[in-house]
Formats: sequence, structure tokens, C-alpha cells
Amino acid sequence: MLVADHLTKDFGAHRAVEDVSFTLERGEVLGFLGPNGAGKTTTMRMLAGGLEPDAGKASIAGHDSVADRLEAQSRLGYLPEGAPAYPSMTPRDFVAFGLRARGFSGAALKRATEHALERASLGDYARQPIGTLSKGYKRRAALAAAIAHDPPVLILDEPTDGLDPNQKDGVRRLIREMAPDKAIIISTHILEEVPAVCSRAIVIARGRLLFDGSPRELVELTPDRQLDAAFRQLTTADAEAAA
Amino acid sequence: MHALGAIYRRELSAYFQTPLAYVFLAVFAFAAPAFAFHVGRFFDTNRADLAPLFDYMPWLLVILMPALAMRAWAEERDRGTLEFLMALPIPLWASAGGKFLAAWSMAALALALTFPMWIAVNYLGEPDNAAIATGYLGTWLLAGAYLAVGQALSATTANQVVAFVLGAGAAFLLTMAGLPFVLSVLGANAPAAVSEFVAGLSALDHYNAFRHGVIGLADLVYFLGLIALCLVIAGVLVSERRGGGR
Repeated sequence: MLVADHLTKDFGAHRAVEDVSFTLERGEVLGFLGPNGAGKTTTMRMLAGGLEPDAGKASIAGHDSVADRLEAQSRLGYLPEGAPAYPSMTPRDFVAFGLRARGFSGAALKRATEHALERASLGDYARQPIGTLSKGYKRRAALAAAIAHDPPVLILDEPTDGLDPNQKDGVRRLIREMAPDKAIIISTHILEEVPAVCSRAIVIARGRLLFDGSPRELVELTPDRQLDAAFRQLTTADAEAAA
Repeated sequence: MHALGAIYRRELSAYFQTPLAYVFLAVFAFAAPAFAFHVGRFFDTNRADLAPLFDYMPWLLVILMPALAMRAWAEERDRGTLEFLMALPIPLWASAGGKFLAAWSMAALALALTFPMWIAVNYLGEPDNAAIATGYLGTWLLAGAYLAVGQALSATTANQVVAFVLGAGAAFLLTMAGLPFVLSVLGANAPAAVSEFVAGLSALDHYNAFRHGVIGLADLVYFLGLIALCLVIAGVLVSERRGGGR
């Protein structure tokens, strides 16, 4: 469903992503892990067609993210970093705007809007301007817009960042519900999220892919079978090798 | 087309969801007649036409249109919503076109607020209504040109104040280019071809044709061409961002 094929991206002299390759199939939830500045967001932006790779290719459901961008993006739901949304709009208007731009109208538009707002548990807050909402509800509004058109592929950049424990649990439950018939990538630096929702984990640091396997394989990298120890071992070994 | 419609609808409602639309319309409704009455001496001319209104319109538009255009792309960049917009499966021309048409509709609404003056001159005398209608068309096209220039410049920055200053500066230059004193300075110091070229660029020259009640093909092509060119430039500047500093 989703292919990253030797993706590379430079910002000036800084190589943000270097030769990252992986594929994702329907039913998989991929946890995209790495320290801050590792290249997670840059990789996701390339997959989503918001940034063109300098080398390599990305494709969604068989459509190239650059050459066939509109087809690729119509099969994708994307929650960008920081969950940007228009503050003067209500979540309902925001979700409906995205759907209209995707060609929804009439009863289908209304149904998809209500369904997305319900799935993201916005409740009565769906009628308030996004600018007046708390961080958690703002993120849910952006999440509702990302899932509203029921895309086969979801790319969610830190979907639980800034949420309280109850809200985090709600978002994880939503991801688990959607998982069986979608290919989903979530980036996070909250390691406890990985065993909770992910069927697979990738660790990147300094733009390079360091690990690709199941969460179980990741914890087995260290003798005490701790996720954070495995994460530290991978990323600090890489930093020392580079130094 | 549904993408263009969705962007248009969002942009237009965005103007009214913030005080911007109301402030803009109120300032325009107040300033346009104020110019006409006080600076243009609307009553003293003793003629039943709207020349005093149209005389000062370019200078009002130089300030007010960039204020309407500045948010177009700068606000999207500042708030990070450009990332959301660029992830929608819509062509860039639909985004640029929808944003422009929404702003141009606001300009039309603002111009409509000066219609009481049109009604007043009909009450006071017998004006040439066809000429006045042509004057309004020219004013709307001029407003469109300034908006398109302003929106293209808005795509160069994430700061709305910078976008406003750039837009007002560009609109000012575009207007000034046709003034007699600019052309006489140029005429004295530069080859004739240069001053003719600068005069041809001037929005004021093309606007004056409409003001005198003439719809010339060259003037129509000038305004619509300038608008189209600026929308393409805005689209190119925004799509450059996909390159990410390449």
C-alpha cells in the first residue's frame, strides 16, 4: 500500500533523510521512532507529497507521490506535524472543507463529516471555533479531517502529542479500530505507544534507518528486554559512530 | 472544479469569520465617498457623474487591496496550514484561483457599497450611466490586478505585514508608472522606447480608458493578463516549497 524507495532529502548542506526504504501493507500499524531531528517528519512529508525527495521515490497505493500526486493524495489521510488547522473554523467546517476539496457533496458529505467527528470524539466541541479549543481537541479536529474520507493509507505525525492520558487512550483505540483495513504510520517519541498500537517498528536517527522489525524484536535487542534501553542503544551507538 | 469551489467557499467565509471583512468594508464605504466629497469636490464640480469617485479610487485601492491580499499565503505558512492544503489532492491552480476569486468578490462587494452615490447622481441629474458602469468595471479590474499582485507577493513570506508592505509598494509602483511627472523624468533621461514601455506597464493608463467610458480590448487584456500572470507566479512560488530549498 505504501512504499518508500531509497528516499533522500537534503536541506542545504544538511542531509535530513538518507536512503530510507520500507514498504507497508494493509493491516500493518508502523511506529516510526527516532530522536528529535531524526528525519521522521521529513520522511512523512515526502510520503504525503508535501515535499519532493532529492533522490528515491515514494508511492501510495501504487501511485507515485510526485509524478501522480493527486491520485496518491486522494488515497491518503495525513495529519501533519503540530496538527495545523484554521483557528476561525469549527471542527465541523474544517472536516467538511477537506471533504469538499476531495469532491464530497450532499448527503455523502454530511455523513462522512458526522462520522469523522464522532470517531474523533469531538462531541459538542465540533461547533466551537478551533482557535478556542484546547490542544487536545484541536489535535482531534485535525485527526478527524485526516480520516474523514476513509483513506486506505494513514500517515499520522505524532497523533498523541500533547494529549492527556485519557485522550491518548482514545486515539490509540481509534487507531486499533481502523488498523485491520488500512496501512497506518504513526510517528512518536513516546515509546510506550509502540507495543500498545503498533505491529511493526522502525527506528531512524540522523536520517538513516537503523531498525525495522516487530516491537518484540526491538525489545529483544537488549538483555533486560526494555524498549527505552533498546531505543537508547540503537540511537546512541549511531551517534557515537558518527562522532 | 469542486476543489476551486471548496477553496473559494472557505476563503470567503474566512473573511467573515474574522473582523477583517467588516473592517475592510466599513473603511471602504467610508473612505471612498470621503475622497469623492472632500478631495474630489463632488458637489462643487456641478456635474452629474462619478468622476470625483473614480479619480481617487486607484489610490484607495493601492492601500486597501494589499490589506485584503496579504493573508492569502502568508497566513497559511505562518499557521502551518499550508502543509494541510498541500496534502489535499487538489491542483495548485485551484488553490490560487479560489483564493483570488474570494478576494475579488470582497472587492466587488466593497464597490457595491458605493452604489448609493450612483443613485444620488441619478437623482440630482442625468448622468451617462453606461460610462459609470464602465468606470466600475475598470475599478473592479484594477482592484483585481492589485489583489493578484498582492497574493503573489504574499506567497514569498510567512509574515503578513511584510506581505502588505510588498503588495502596497508594488501596487504603488504599478500606478505611479503612468503619472506624467514620472514619464517626463524618464523621457528626459532614457530612450523613448523605455518610457513607452513603462507607460505601457502602468495600471493607471489602462484604468483611465475605462474611466472615460471606453472598454478597450488592449486594456482588458492588460488587466486579465496581469491577473493570470500573478496567479501563475503565486502557484509557482507555492509549489517551489515542495522542493524544500533545493
